[in-house]
Amino acid sequence: MKLDDFISNTGQWLKGRGAFSNIVMSSRIRLARNLVDKPFPNKARKKDLSDILEIVHQTADGIEFFKKSIFLKINELDNVDKQFLIERHLMSHEHASNPEGKALIVSEEEVLSVMINEEDHLRIQVMQSGFNLDETWKIADTIDDALSQKLDYAYSLHWGYLTACPTNTGTAMRGSVMLHLPALVMTKQINKVLAAISKLNFASRGFYGEGTQASGNFYQISNQVSMGHTELDVLQNINGLIRQVIDQEEQARQALLVQNRPMLEDKIFRSYGILKNAHIISSQETVELLSMVRLGVDLGIVKDVDRMAINELFIMIQPAHLQKIEGKKLSTSERDTKRASLIREKIGG
Amino acid sequence: MQCDICGKKKATVHLTEIVDDQMSEMHLCEECARQKSVQMEQQFGLADLLAGLADFGKPTKEEAHEVIKCPNCGMTYDEFRKFGRLGCSQCYESFKMHLSTLLKKVHGSNHHVGKAPAKIPQAEKDKIESFQELKTQLQQAIQREDFERAAEIRDKIRDIENKKE
Ligand SMILES: [Zn+2]
Ligand SMILES: [Zn+2]
Repeated sequence: MKLDDFISNTGQWLKGRGAFSNIVMSSRIRLARNLVDKPFPNKARKKDLSDILEIVHQTADGIEFFKKSIFLKINELDNVDKQFLIERHLMSHEHASNPEGKALIVSEEEVLSVMINEEDHLRIQVMQSGFNLDETWKIADTIDDALSQKLDYAYSLHWGYLTACPTNTGTAMRGSVMLHLPALVMTKQINKVLAAISKLNFASRGFYGEGTQASGNFYQISNQVSMGHTELDVLQNINGLIRQVIDQEEQARQALLVQNRPMLEDKIFRSYGILKNAHIISSQETVELLSMVRLGVDLGIVKDVDRMAINELFIMIQPAHLQKIEGKKLSTSERDTKRASLIREKIGG
Repeated sequence: MQCDICGKKKATVHLTEIVDDQMSEMHLCEECARQKSVQMEQQFGLADLLAGLADFGKPTKEEAHEVIKCPNCGMTYDEFRKFGRLGCSQCYESFKMHLSTLLKKVHGSNHHVGKAPAKIPQAEKDKIESFQELKTQLQQAIQREDFERAAEIRDKIRDIENKKE
């Protein structure tokens, strides 16, 4: 498998399947792990980093789940490829910005990715489509167990898994769920919901990465606390919270349908119309319009597009993706043209 | 044993501190121990940490003469305050007291519950092997009516038992 193969495949988490996939895009588990006898990446020397890469690479090679995966050294990638992996949610900006001694493993269908030597020696990420943290956790747990048969993890009976940042110490697990909440935004209830979430010690952020404003009405909700609760307790808490947010979004959608169906249909079909016909379009505009069309699909108002096509477009319309598809560097204005033609091709009918 | 600070009351809290690579033990009464932990929190700039671990920088008066350093990776406590990242897994031992307070503030707890790796590091296994020793110590603490110490040991034993399953 090669990096360029990703472009013609769809990550499992974008397939639009699974529970509540009308509202929940994807579920993700991330585990931070370190090797016991090596300094954390921020204190590690070049030799340490390359030793860690080697140990993890070899260990992964011996595990069934990694059989069809791809191993990439970040300093061997060009800027477009790095950006491409970030856009696919397979690695962080931090991992790309200081590439020396860093690597990434990605499994088939992009279910699993492991960042090596990011903030911690290993950042194991598992993603699934729909609201399915329990299954996602099971996969992550199994892979983690398999790795820990061979690797000596930094672990203390008292503190749990030892991580570079104390905000991750303990289980070193973050579970997150990506939600599409257009009706809560349109009915102006979203801030109330987000405030309640942060009061409960959960974090929310946007679709396009850490510190970004939510765009396309996507919100990612994850746990903050990693110590004092078992992994399953934490997941149960997130699940309970997400179920409530889903309920609120469902209610807001029904309220919009009942109170002002013509307005809603107008907004959705105008959005669809622009996407099907535009010849120049920015990513910001695209994302807002795609959000409306996705809502239309989820409510059965738009019938001739499937959810996976919309999900894919949220990823494909980003700069590095457009350039990979085109096979060359594109200026901003060239991208706006390419973006419009790609959208017409995918959902233009 | 008398308290190291006030020299009056009975010492019931026993702390291990690392200053300039030297380990020192302190025996304190409950009241002095509480004051000491408030001091430590202030040194740590906890308010800053809670505001998103963003601003570690602000120095306090007390810290100027106190350099705590991890003997394994060379990270100083000051450096950690500035960048918010520890240098190695042994930093947890080196900055134990400060981290204990910090983790409690961040997570509401400073005890791990949850999964354990298939292979547990040797140093941690040694701690399990001293399980019997802990039980003996617990008996002794109860006999001399040092209930605070007994409670500490009981927590340690529970900790280990949780991990054993
Ligand atoms: Zn005293
Ligand atoms: Zn250290």
